[in-house]
Amino acid sequence: MKRTNRMSLRGAFFATKQSPFSRRLLLVAALAMTLIVLAACAPVDLDAPIPTFDTGLDPDAWATIPAGSFIQGQAADPASIEYDYEIMVTDVTVSQYVDFLNTALADSTLKVDGEQIVGFYPGDEFHAVKHEIEITATDYIFVPLNDPASRFTFDGAAFSVVAGYENHPMTNVSWFGAWGYCAYNGFSLPTELEWEKAARGSADDRPFPWGYEIARNNANFYSSRDPFEDMGSFGSRTSPVGFYNGQTYDGYVTLDSASSYGLYDMSGNVWQWTGDVYKGMHYRFMRGGSKDTYDMDLRIWVRNNATPIYYSPGVGFRCVRNP
Amino acid sequence: MTYNLHLWYFIRGSNFYPKEPHMQFIKDRFNYLFKSTKGLILVAIAMIALETAIFGMLSGPMAELGVRDFMIRTLKMDIVQAEREGRIIILYHSIAMAVVAIETYMITSLLKMKEFYKLAVRVLITVGYLLAMIFGMGFAYWGHNWALHGLYITGLSLIFFAGVLLVIALWPWNKEVYQPDKAYACTKKGVDVERTAFFAAALTTVISALFGAIPGSFFGNGFEVFLAENIIRYPEKTTMEYSIIGHLHIMLALIAIMITLIIGRWLNFKGILHKVAMPLIILGTIVLNLGVWGVATPLEPIAHMIIYVGATPAMLGALMLVIFTWDKLIREGVAGIQKPNGWQKLKALLRDPLRFGPMWQMVFMNFTVSGVGILMAVKLDDIFRVWPAREERIELTGHWHVLSAIIATIILLYYGDMLGLKGKLRKIYGWAIIILSDLAFASVTIFEMKRLFIGEAVQQPLVNTLMLLMDFGLGMLLVVLAMVMVWRLLDLFKKKGRWTEEVEHELSAEVNK
Repeated sequence: MKRTNRMSLRGAFFATKQSPFSRRLLLVAALAMTLIVLAACAPVDLDAPIPTFDTGLDPDAWATIPAGSFIQGQAADPASIEYDYEIMVTDVTVSQYVDFLNTALADSTLKVDGEQIVGFYPGDEFHAVKHEIEITATDYIFVPLNDPASRFTFDGAAFSVVAGYENHPMTNVSWFGAWGYCAYNGFSLPTELEWEKAARGSADDRPFPWGYEIARNNANFYSSRDPFEDMGSFGSRTSPVGFYNGQTYDGYVTLDSASSYGLYDMSGNVWQWTGDVYKGMHYRFMRGGSKDTYDMDLRIWVRNNATPIYYSPGVGFRCVRNP
Repeated sequence: MTYNLHLWYFIRGSNFYPKEPHMQFIKDRFNYLFKSTKGLILVAIAMIALETAIFGMLSGPMAELGVRDFMIRTLKMDIVQAEREGRIIILYHSIAMAVVAIETYMITSLLKMKEFYKLAVRVLITVGYLLAMIFGMGFAYWGHNWALHGLYITGLSLIFFAGVLLVIALWPWNKEVYQPDKAYACTKKGVDVERTAFFAAALTTVISALFGAIPGSFFGNGFEVFLAENIIRYPEKTTMEYSIIGHLHIMLALIAIMITLIIGRWLNFKGILHKVAMPLIILGTIVLNLGVWGVATPLEPIAHMIIYVGATPAMLGALMLVIFTWDKLIREGVAGIQKPNGWQKLKALLRDPLRFGPMWQMVFMNFTVSGVGILMAVKLDDIFRVWPAREERIELTGHWHVLSAIIATIILLYYGDMLGLKGKLRKIYGWAIIILSDLAFASVTIFEMKRLFIGEAVQQPLVNTLMLLMDFGLGMLLVVLAMVMVWRLLDLFKKKGRWTEEVEHELSAEVNK
């Protein structure tokens, strides 16, 4: 039996002739798919107005972490830090960092290099381990200039804060930029161990600074429905430091989520750079999870890392100092 | 229970009423579900579908919608934050064990072997995967009852012993199983090279299982669980950690190789391509395994090179299966047409999604899994490791989730053929699986690679679209699967249902001509 030479693929997909209903159904499906795909190209307004709230917390406050033992990590291993140290109660804010940029640029600690602000870093010991990249003594990026996701501006002479973000954590800052801020002020970045003890306290093996469970109004994390996010447009944004302190802001009720040492935002809001430089590895580690991660990354022992030149709207830091 | 059955028969009407004593009713269904090849496969697919449906509700996107919290409350799960990684490891294992069981049922039905081995392997693996699945998940999600953990480990051990028996059953140097037909790959003496490929894959699977079992015992004993993707950047790893990393990679690769061989047998892979492909797959399987085992030895610095050397012939073998099958589909489809043109050939290729689909999924895998892997390997330090480890984790977990799911869809396509689907239903079922899964897999791949072309600050609309497409694709795929499962469940209540025809079916009798 000779078959007809039909120029259609329809028969390959449908055993019988299509009804008008199924044709209409296919058309609707195709249209819906087109709309969904087009939605991916929707522009994002990074300068969308942000609600401003006074949390009542002083970003210049420090908490003392006493020497002693604590329970470390996911497997609850015993650990100890044999010295007292102080750690900032909140992340370094945009306002604080902008002050540093203006001062350090004026005294030539920092300089403009094309599209970035750079500063000197004395380098690390190199071990030539597989994947290790040598960090030599030279200038490195502290912050990018003209990045639309930055919450500061630079007019060629001075830096200023984007209105509304004064008390938000400083973001879009590289590890060098975080290290440089702390060093300039006589502080340092916390080691991972210092960070973890400060977040967890000394009493138990809690996974979050405030306890064993997490609710949406404990911290700023991905799709936590806080007043600063719009998952249909720009997604999650930072919240003011110490926002989750039990206050109610325009009807939005927060839970007091301080750690047992009184620190805020040790889980969520922004990842925090830590200071350890590990043998055979140029990566720098971050702790705490962020506005862009699910709650599982907010657990105290979770680590993240990136190259020290990496910066992101979801990464910030805080400092430690000797008492 | 009896009352409920009576009620059910009443509601469904007299056609559904078994008109047979209850014990006989149960015995017949039990015999079908646990003694016949298709019944065993149906149970395993149903178990996976059920587990996927329930525990998929705990994933990230479901958490956003509040579904996760609802499920935890409703099912009274005991979720401890510190145990998340352990839970996930048990979840992966319990699903994987059911998949391994399905492949084992297929192998024991497709290949010749002594009845004793067939029976013993099936009993061990069926009891094993059900114990591992039910009690493993019970231990992981409903509190630490150590009896449950013991039963979970017992299940895994039974599966291991089933694997050992399968290796013995597949022994190819036995004259009774020599290949008499020279159209298939065989040695001069008649040793069946395809059977040798099955044997090599089964043997290396059993050995590779130990690379997970030994460190699993070590870490599990102290609750020092970890996910490999979380330690991937650490320059120094212990032998046990390397062993785990090797184990998870090779087990998935072996499951993929085994399903390739199974599909080849179903579609009656033979001829010159078969004769070239089978030695390549054997070589690839062995070298690939040596490379992965080498990861846990002082050979680690060159292990990746050995793995690449092994993966290449294995993938070439699979490519030959694709060429053979598509050529066969085209030739069958244009039979009777004088001088068929390109469109007719394409139409012929696409006319049966259940036979076209497995090969297409293997080809598609190169874009979503192999391609991503090669790009990452080539540009690792320049691009991917400049980004945070969390981005790399998304890429790593994404691409192996896709590989696992592709294997699952290939099984479902073959299962569609086992069901005897014909006509429009066959096309709808087949194309639904292909299109819905590929839509989801393509979205996952774009999601993994999004940082190549979009910044964090402006990614949300793209992420929303990709998530929607992923959830739609996978969700609808599960709906299709659920419909099939409900149909099969209802069928079991019929006295002369389809299940009665399947009791005696063996897959070897349904191999394509």
